[in-house]
Amino acid sequence: MIFLRRTGPLILAFVVGVLGISVYYVPHEASQNLEKELALWLRIVYAFSFFLGLVSLLNLHWSRIRQRLAGWGYSLVVYVSFGIMFLFVIYNDGAGPFAPQADAGGYQWMFLNVVVPCGATMFSLLAFFIASAAYRTFRARSPEAAILLVAAVIVMLGRVPIGAFISDLLPTAAQWLMAVPNLAAKRGILLGVSLGVIATSLRIIFGIERAYLGGGEE
Amino acid sequence: MRTWSMHFQALTLILSVAPVATTKASAVAPADAVIDVRAPEDVEAVDTHSDAGGSITVIWSRQDQPEGARYVIEIATGANSPFRRIADVAAIGSLMADEPASFGHGDETQHRHFYHVTSYTAEGAESTTTIANNIDYYFRVGAAIGDQIAYGDQVVHAAATGNWFNRKKLNNLIMGTIFSVIVLVAIAMARRRDFYIRRIAGLEALDEALGRATEMGRSVLFIHGLHGMDQVSTIAAINVLSRVARRTAEYDSHLRVANADPVVMSVSQEVVKESYLEAGRPDAYNEDNVFMVATDQFSYAAAVEGIMVREKPAAHILMGYFYAESLLLAETGAATGAIQIAGTDSYTQLPFFVTTCDYTLMGEELYAASAYLAREPRLLGSLKGQDIGKAALIAALVVGTILASFDLPHLTHIFTAN
Repeated sequence: MIFLRRTGPLILAFVVGVLGISVYYVPHEASQNLEKELALWLRIVYAFSFFLGLVSLLNLHWSRIRQRLAGWGYSLVVYVSFGIMFLFVIYNDGAGPFAPQADAGGYQWMFLNVVVPCGATMFSLLAFFIASAAYRTFRARSPEAAILLVAAVIVMLGRVPIGAFISDLLPTAAQWLMAVPNLAAKRGILLGVSLGVIATSLRIIFGIERAYLGGGEE
Repeated sequence: MRTWSMHFQALTLILSVAPVATTKASAVAPADAVIDVRAPEDVEAVDTHSDAGGSITVIWSRQDQPEGARYVIEIATGANSPFRRIADVAAIGSLMADEPASFGHGDETQHRHFYHVTSYTAEGAESTTTIANNIDYYFRVGAAIGDQIAYGDQVVHAAATGNWFNRKKLNNLIMGTIFSVIVLVAIAMARRRDFYIRRIAGLEALDEALGRATEMGRSVLFIHGLHGMDQVSTIAAINVLSRVARRTAEYDSHLRVANADPVVMSVSQEVVKESYLEAGRPDAYNEDNVFMVATDQFSYAAAVEGIMVREKPAAHILMGYFYAESLLLAETGAATGAIQIAGTDSYTQLPFFVTTCDYTLMGEELYAASAYLAREPRLLGSLKGQDIGKAALIAALVVGTILASFDLPHLTHIFTAN
């Protein structure tokens, strides 16, 4: 039991981890085929887990409907939407469930006319959220916030035509801010991230980090 | 796994450089016409290194040629087969110096031309045929201007082969190995002595957030990013989830985990279950609390926002890789008054988290979180190794900048990704 819960996964993590690293350095066809094979396994695992995800989703919303929790009506919408989409997928514009998905029909119509606009609406909300977040941040309560405010104003003005109209220096300053301090900070973060990824990978490959197996400590 | 390949560059033992087949054959077509261009010299054909095969590189010396001259590369499938043109390249271009990843930075690269042959059109064929591995192909190179062509006195041949090591990534392998050794040595040293680890405010606040949730009798909402289990940032988030789950089990507070990926959900369920088990509270674990929300980005954001507004958790912990939904989630969370701790390596989303969350784990701090929370010497040793590696990189940056300022780009070349 301990082998299945601890030793087995640790050995598997080590073997697959070392294989994954090797594949990166080996351009040979055998290595590429191995990578494709592993990617295929991942897709098969994903297909099965997708079913588990669906069960979890429906189970969650069913319990909300059953218990009449706050917002249970939205859970009903999930069920109705799922049912309608499922029927359209099975019908497949008359071709049936075993044919490749049709490019037209109810499923495509629902996707293009309901799912896509809903997603676009959510994305549009970002404009308002950015405004409110910016308002909070740009209140110059500290020297750092004041620097941020000045930098943001320069970049915003430098990126629109009115900035060049006010002063030729604004676009140049905005470009400098983006290309020098901003890029330096970005690369600093990326260097730290890369080192963090290597250290985390080493911890997992050598079985030092076991939190992903649950519990963590030995 | 691909991510490990992308980022992690250590421990590989495969160093066999592919055999290079270079043969100069006898002259077949001496140039006797009186024309302006000079026939190419020192023609070579070699297997293109660091590839899976299917490519042969033809190389020849740079010569002074009249304006408008070009080089013509021709292929034959046998020693006595007719040649077919496969490429025309300008006489002023295609220098080996243009491709330092393959040919290095030596002075000689300024004096040699090259062309990678990957396919040709066989006689009578309409489509191109790719170069097959382990079959000899014959090449000749001519210099042309207008309709006049002067062929060199060499026909060369080579076969393409699949290589077992990508030489272009040698610097990557060496640096990855050095850094890995530093981390492993730091881990070994951590068993014998205590290391000072700098304080990470966001992680120090985790206990405060969980305690607050317990006191208020409200839940803790753990929100995963959008990436799947093949990304290290997700594994780091799972590691943090494990520590959080253990503490919520100990505090007897209610943990809810929102997932955008079914594989991440399955792993999270196992991790939370094990954590509750280890904390001696298996009865408190409820599988429905680790649930799938939606795989679509904005559906996920909308549903999680709904949970935030309706259930009003006391703490929101956002870990992993986020995209545009980061601000939607964090701003809504801020409006509910919950303590928010975010951790991401997505530098484009960091400003949003910094402005809207109480604490933000930036970049590497996400990867350090699990080790930091565990306080286990070996894990802390890896953090020390990380810091030593970072110090070495900073030193290399400073030295490299100074050297590059004096037109000595050697260190820059070592750190160039190919």
